[in-house]
Amino acid sequence: MDSSRYIAKHVINLPKSGIRDFFEIVSKMKDVISLGIGEPDFDTPWHIREAAIYALEKGKTHYTSNLGLIELRRAISKYVEANFSISYRPEDEILVTVGVSEALDIAFRALVNPGDKVMFHQPCYVSYSPSITLVHGEAIPVPTYAKDNFALTAEALRAAWQPGAKLLVLNLPCNPTGGTCDRAQIEAIAKFAVEKDLLVLSDEIYSELTFEGVHTSIASLPGMKERVIFLHGFSKAFAMTGWRIGYACGPAALIEAMMKVHQYSMMCASILSQEAAIEALVRGEDAMKSMRDQYHRRRDFIVRRFNEIGLKCHLPRGSFYAFPDVSVTGLNEKDFAVGLLQTEKVAMVPGTAFGANGSGFCRACFATSYEQLIEASNRIERHVQSLAKKK
Amino acid sequence: MKPIVKLLLESGSLNTAQLAQVLNLSEADVNRQLDELKAQRVLLGFRPVLNLAHEDSGVVRAVIEVRITPERGGGFNRLAERISRFDEVESCFLMSGSYDLLVFVNGGSLQRVAAFVSEKLSTLEGVLSTATHFMLRSYKEQGFLLDVKQEEAERLKVAP
Repeated sequence: MDSSRYIAKHVINLPKSGIRDFFEIVSKMKDVISLGIGEPDFDTPWHIREAAIYALEKGKTHYTSNLGLIELRRAISKYVEANFSISYRPEDEILVTVGVSEALDIAFRALVNPGDKVMFHQPCYVSYSPSITLVHGEAIPVPTYAKDNFALTAEALRAAWQPGAKLLVLNLPCNPTGGTCDRAQIEAIAKFAVEKDLLVLSDEIYSELTFEGVHTSIASLPGMKERVIFLHGFSKAFAMTGWRIGYACGPAALIEAMMKVHQYSMMCASILSQEAAIEALVRGEDAMKSMRDQYHRRRDFIVRRFNEIGLKCHLPRGSFYAFPDVSVTGLNEKDFAVGLLQTEKVAMVPGTAFGANGSGFCRACFATSYEQLIEASNRIERHVQSLAKKK
Repeated sequence: MKPIVKLLLESGSLNTAQLAQVLNLSEADVNRQLDELKAQRVLLGFRPVLNLAHEDSGVVRAVIEVRITPERGGGFNRLAERISRFDEVESCFLMSGSYDLLVFVNGGSLQRVAAFVSEKLSTLEGVLSTATHFMLRSYKEQGFLLDVKQEEAERLKVAP
């Protein structure tokens, strides 16, 4: 029996993630230095893990409120106010989710009617476009360019805009480019959103990992709070990817709508992850800053090395990704990445896994030890030199 | 804190060539900076961190609380420095609270440590009393966990 005939059409047509293909190749190889991982190399700080163990010992094994533990929502409210200058009421403007991934998914499900248009900048996180497709929305990618250090510009937004556009998804700093926007650029984006009456979903998961300048949330701009759903989580800054814990903040009516979807699909985020998240917010700042400083120094090293090697690389202002241009080798990003993997056993993710305009680039995650970064950069150098000789 | 010091604290196992690469300096420059730090007595030296339970030699370690009489002019320093000079003394700290110096000592056997305390330390002029605590077992040394196998957490090789 051909069981695949039962699969919904829009799921059948959904392309497999480009990362998945690459993962299949890498997972069969041994002794690979991987710069292909989208997560911190640090384990979650011990005091956070210990808080979860203590919660388990105390019998915290039950459902929580759909919105999440009120103590956690209070802690989130304080944290967002202190660090982003936006004030949200814990009672009805904050929803705890299973990572930002779930927050985005339920936001799309709560907001998008079939055919609604959703704008997002590209290259971008792999799930944006498919998540829009899954709710029968229409994905409208807006390109960002190396010449702008992959910041999103209002001009690019204007050029890509189509009548019927309803939502704008931002991810600043951005996975995979590390690009972000300064305050003036954010203000221009906000002005555009107001002009075109767009609701903004702002995924700020990498915001703490901003190395130069100050991170500005679009929700903090005057008059924008009502027009923004602020999405954040613990995975990157607190090294908590496996805990799957995040949150959405926004106008009460929108949080209520998202909560409806959340309560029927997820019920609530894991109570242990919620308990750990409280600890992270209340006492995790020192560990977080120490990790951020280490990423900062590693970034300086790897970006300098890429440029020395001849792979032009802009300085990512945030995140833990470098996004070098590999087109100088004469190969496309996929052939370059596969060649590098096969000859030198170094994994970088081809840029097109993050959208068509990632063409010519590869993503290198520098959340790994200096020893690995040094060795990887030496191997990449050897590979690029041997390609130049062949030319 | 100087970049080279930060890097040493972060990744103490990097060799000079690796330090040079990360800091974008020549190896000669790295060596010069290390020499300078040593000359300034900021960098005192490097030592391996061992799990002594695995050593057959059977090192005995103790912590000693020492009460001493401060001296006019020098306070605790002269006596503290004098105590610190003994080979048996690994570290020595001036403390707040009910005693003055906390002295970490090690020796080849219980008898040798006991002899050091009774013959050398407590007989020094100015030492009022000592309380010796022998260490039974170590769980963490200089930031390294002992007896807990540091397993590499399983990470995906490629993730979005």
